[in-house]
Amino acid sequence: MRIVKQFAGLGSFCWGMFFLLCSNAGMAQTASLKSSIERGKTVYVQRCMVCHQQDGGGVPHLNPPLDGASAVKGKDKSKLISILLKGMSDRVEIDGEYYSNNMASHADLSDQQIADVLNYIRNNWSNKVPTPVTPAEVKSVRAKTK
Amino acid sequence: MLRFSVLLLAGCLLASNSQANDTLQNRKSAAIMPDADNAGLKLPTGFSALKVAENVGRARHLVVNSQGDVYVKLSGKVGDKGILVLRDLNKDGRTEEVTGFGNYGGTGIAIHNGYLYASSDEEVFRYKLNVNGAVETPYQPEKIITGLINRRQHESKSITLDKNGNIYVNIGAYSNSCQVKDRQPGSLGMNPCPILDSAGGIWQFKSDVLNQTYGNGVRFATGLRNVVGLDWNNQTNSLYVTQHGRDQLNSLFPQFYDTTTNANLPAETMYEMKQGDNAGWPYVYYDPFQNKKMLAPEYGGDGKTEGSAVYKNPAMAFPAHMAPNALLFYTGSMFPEKYKNGAFIAFHGSWNRSPLPQEGYYVAFVPFENGKPTGKWEIFANGFAGVDVITSTRAAQHRPCGLAQGPDGSLYVSDDNKGTIYRILYNGK
Ligand code: HEC
Repeated sequence: MRIVKQFAGLGSFCWGMFFLLCSNAGMAQTASLKSSIERGKTVYVQRCMVCHQQDGGGVPHLNPPLDGASAVKGKDKSKLISILLKGMSDRVEIDGEYYSNNMASHADLSDQQIADVLNYIRNNWSNKVPTPVTPAEVKSVRAKTK
Repeated sequence: MLRFSVLLLAGCLLASNSQANDTLQNRKSAAIMPDADNAGLKLPTGFSALKVAENVGRARHLVVNSQGDVYVKLSGKVGDKGILVLRDLNKDGRTEEVTGFGNYGGTGIAIHNGYLYASSDEEVFRYKLNVNGAVETPYQPEKIITGLINRRQHESKSITLDKNGNIYVNIGAYSNSCQVKDRQPGSLGMNPCPILDSAGGIWQFKSDVLNQTYGNGVRFATGLRNVVGLDWNNQTNSLYVTQHGRDQLNSLFPQFYDTTTNANLPAETMYEMKQGDNAGWPYVYYDPFQNKKMLAPEYGGDGKTEGSAVYKNPAMAFPAHMAPNALLFYTGSMFPEKYKNGAFIAFHGSWNRSPLPQEGYYVAFVPFENGKPTGKWEIFANGFAGVDVITSTRAAQHRPCGLAQGPDGSLYVSDDNKGTIYRILYNGK
């Protein structure tokens, strides 16, 4: 019994620490997501805007919209990272439409830049995805892409 | 099929109901009343317009037969119909009956010597017309050309025919500028560009021989990135084409071009192409400010170095990226004299000018004198987009894509975004 009690005390202490860490990390994360999105905008303007347009609306039947796109808003971050690393000319159906242009690889961007531009497109226009893409995730997908 | 035409019919009737001021008197006299708002278009004085039909699908090119029936080629079928026939039963200019056939999407359509010709993105078919200009056997076309390259990019196979039994087919290059890696920043051009063997030009075939492919045809003209508009000029007895110039100078080579130069370069171009001519894609592009063919950055250019002089000069240059999707030499007599033998061009509208506003989305007119363009062009019909400033392509409601001349000399324009068919009339004196 005594042992259990001691454990319980230790337990609540641990939980306290955990919450503290979590909320700190949470705030840090929001701030870093915010600056990642800002940096991502620069990459978007230089690299992506020509095809996907200023408002993320794309070009009918040529380049898909990123605004509202289920893959962009989705959980599969590796898929998005891999599209940027490898490019895309799969001609698969995207939200009910087909697109005929070729998207080239953007693998020359750094892990940070790829994370940034993905955070930008996931948190701009009507898209709001608070789960960030991190450079570490880009790095790990890049390692597997070779 | 029945359901499909009934649905469309209902839609069209609704559209024409809005023309309630169309009096019975006018109908009786068979005068075609334009829409009160000229179908939303801005036109020169004396011209007016109406919507022949709406929401027909992605209407690419179109052609009108001797009876005034409109044949529309759809990219992407509606049901199993890739070609629609719009008929005006009560002669009010608007569509009452929609039928269709042709189980393939595509762009090209033409009428020549008693046949309707239509293309998918790989093949060209033809259908015999009866004395009323109607297709007799819609489900038994003759396949005259097959096996053309379609790699989705620049896939449209536009067509036109000459007076000597030949058909001309555009085979667009499946690439922006023949880079080793298409559209990859900094990737250099392949030299020589291998795409030109089977695409990036106009091929000539016989208009009445079945199952022709590359081996039976002639590469008539080359060095054309993507021609969607082409027409045989019967006055000069020669082929004219409009090319979509290359994209993305600044995003691929930011060291040489900024957003403004990219928005304004290169020109969209119209050429008169004789057999064997080469317009220079991908090695050069046309700079309309310097009036020069410039060496493409993929081949060592830097925005300042001129390209080889061996390539053909355009007959006419237009602002960049506006996407000329149809070319039509006007031979009718409804429009004033100035329009006779001149060229109408349907500009689909740009997407490559961001962050500057997009341009185009109108029908232009190029006056010709003695078989040569006078050097000046003008906007003929504007307002298709429905908004004044287009910052993103999706903001444009309608995008002009095809042109056709009716038997009375009126001009038809198709829109492949919402599927509106416009008809422009002249009633000034
Ligand atoms: C040359 C035009 C072009 C450029 C530049 C371009 N893309 Fe694309 N992008 C496309 C096309 C075309 C597709 C679809 C390809 C297909 O269907 O095969 C696509 C697909 C995508 C997709 C998948 C969309 C979905 O809903 O599945 C994402 C995400 C994307 N692009 C992001 C970007 C980002 C970020 C950049 C800039 C780093 C970029 N693209 C640059 C043309 C382009």
